[in-house]
Amino acid sequence: MTWSIRTAFVGLAVAGALVLAPFSGAMAVELTMYYPVAVGGPLTKTVDGLVADFQKENPDIKVNAIYAGNYNDARIKALAALKSGQPAQLSVMFSIDIYELIEQDAIVAFDDIVTTDEDRAWLDKFFPSLMENGRTANKTWGIPFQRSTIVMYYNKDAFRDAGLDPNQPPATWDELVTMGQKLTKKQGNNVERWGVMIPSTGYPYWMFGALTMQNDQVLMNGDGNKTNFDAPATVEALSYWLDLGQKHSVMPSGTIEWGTLRQNFLEQKTAMMWHSTGNLTAVKKNAKFDFGVAMLPAKKRRGTPTGGGNFYIFKDSTDEEKQAALKLIKFLTQPERTAEWSIKTGYIGTRPDAYETPALLSYVKEFPPAAVARDQLEFATAELSTYQTGRVRKLLDDAIQAALTGSKSPKDALSGAQSEADRLLRSYR
Amino acid sequence: MRRVRSITPHVYGWLLLTPAAILLIAFTHYPTVATLVQSVFSKGTAIRPSAFVGLNNYRLLLEDTVFWKVLWNNVLFGIGTIPTSIALAILMAVWVNGKLPARALTRLAFFTPTILPMVAVANIWLFFYTPEIGLLDQIGRVFGFASHNWLGDPDTVLWCIVVMTVWKEAGFFMIFYLAALQSLPPELEEAGRLEGASRWYYFRRVAFPLLMPTTLFVSINAVINSFKLVDQLFILTKGGPDNASSLLLYYIYEVAFSFLDVPYAATLTMVLLSALAIIAVGQFVFMDKRIHYR
Repeated sequence: MTWSIRTAFVGLAVAGALVLAPFSGAMAVELTMYYPVAVGGPLTKTVDGLVADFQKENPDIKVNAIYAGNYNDARIKALAALKSGQPAQLSVMFSIDIYELIEQDAIVAFDDIVTTDEDRAWLDKFFPSLMENGRTANKTWGIPFQRSTIVMYYNKDAFRDAGLDPNQPPATWDELVTMGQKLTKKQGNNVERWGVMIPSTGYPYWMFGALTMQNDQVLMNGDGNKTNFDAPATVEALSYWLDLGQKHSVMPSGTIEWGTLRQNFLEQKTAMMWHSTGNLTAVKKNAKFDFGVAMLPAKKRRGTPTGGGNFYIFKDSTDEEKQAALKLIKFLTQPERTAEWSIKTGYIGTRPDAYETPALLSYVKEFPPAAVARDQLEFATAELSTYQTGRVRKLLDDAIQAALTGSKSPKDALSGAQSEADRLLRSYR
Repeated sequence: MRRVRSITPHVYGWLLLTPAAILLIAFTHYPTVATLVQSVFSKGTAIRPSAFVGLNNYRLLLEDTVFWKVLWNNVLFGIGTIPTSIALAILMAVWVNGKLPARALTRLAFFTPTILPMVAVANIWLFFYTPEIGLLDQIGRVFGFASHNWLGDPDTVLWCIVVMTVWKEAGFFMIFYLAALQSLPPELEEAGRLEGASRWYYFRRVAFPLLMPTTLFVSINAVINSFKLVDQLFILTKGGPDNASSLLLYYIYEVAFSFLDVPYAATLTMVLLSALAIIAVGQFVFMDKRIHYR
């Protein structure tokens, strides 16, 4: 009996080996790419289409593009594949994962695999603000692909109703307050319509990155080992956010839910909302009123963080595979492909010349809000990203929510977060 | 021939045990031991490989304010959900056990929340709780209450989640009580009525004690669920604002998959495991004495 169990095990092992065997060799180069989808719509189909186009031009390279859930899932899957010895050669992952991936020694810098001058020039073809999250230590580690920013959606009908010019959305923090007060409509105790809503669950640090940039303050340094959470300008930005609800009463106090905010806007319960450009298509489809899209207002300057996913190439691959991966990434970031990708998804075209292609030119003409995100890129900055990024991000998230719900003052909350972040990041300096 | 016969039961016994043993070892015992081992190592990176650090992770845990916060939240969550859902389950079971019109439909109505997937339920409740446009606020407005930011207020958020969880769980526990009630011999109630016992007296002195084995089973399940059910947090609050609604298991998820700090997540898991083990043993020892098994 024991003998037959042993044969069963041997049999299983042999069968396993037979199943796995065909995967080695066969094609000239085979690439596995994970990619996440973080917005609605049939994006997987779009990716499959782009990949099929690539294979038509490059029959010697086979690409397995694998949809890997959201950004978190994609990172976990890619790192797990790496540990199990069946790694992917390239992936689209969160742009802010860069330090984690470098620390795990998982990725290579593009500077180390580009060979020709043409390739080196290609690295400089993208919007500089989109490259900020992909560059550190004087090297380029990530190439922008599915990128977004924050914009302000506003209800033009509500502006008319409040006696405001629907083509003059607030351009400064003060205007946001004064216009917000005019737009806030009360009936007895209840607010029928709020002036503005800035979401503070899900990704509070991201929204806060916009407010601090507008106050001319970045949240971290370029080496990802120092944060500026307790800088006076940072504290001032959080106080302003808190004041919108508590002092000026143009926004509900407490935290505002990221997931339901779009519905609030669509049901006209708020005249303005700050949200990702990723919502543009959904708002366009569902708004039963005249809406506009504007750049975020300025304090000392305009500002927004960028967001979204970059291409990375993994270290654990042959030189041949790295070159094939580079070829694929270059193909997918050509101006025409970028334009197609941007139109189909609502993501930003990642390079200026994509906006000069006929496709995107006519799209922007027909739907001007699509250009707002591009124009705002000039003022954009990197999304919060450091070593130990998950922990550091949560420190800031918790501090923001503690301040907005009134359990701590902005100054106390932020200096607490800063000293914790210092403790985490000290060993990386 | 005789030899074969003497061996066979032995071999058969082991063979019958093998599938269960393999599953138990692979998916329960090995992970537990592996978790314990991981919890005494540091997080490894390419630059700094993982090293043995002894109880260092446990020391960090004691200093971790978020850990104490989520543990306390979990205690409140347990106090909020366990007795309420059990009481509600008994009430509903007694009610649908009696004669009432459309009994099957009523039972189904009580059981429906259990059938629905938690993530779907949480998405529905998210819109119940949303200020201004949510169901709760719309009903409140009829009675002249001001709008409240239910999930955005640290004082109410945990209780919002408790209410939703009770709603989701009570129907499931009701099924067990209903089955137990139907297995009670009807003579007992008839005898009680002849003796002039009121319905409440009968329930308190006869039915409820006879339901104790079910109560033990249900309460152990409720305790486990109070640590296990965190799906709703992903949709409703992500643990916020400022960890006001975060629970232990959700924090473990964050540490493991957002902070990628597996050893610390293992440390937290050990705490969760020991807490559950202690509670379960306590329940068996303490409650067994008060239970009347027929």
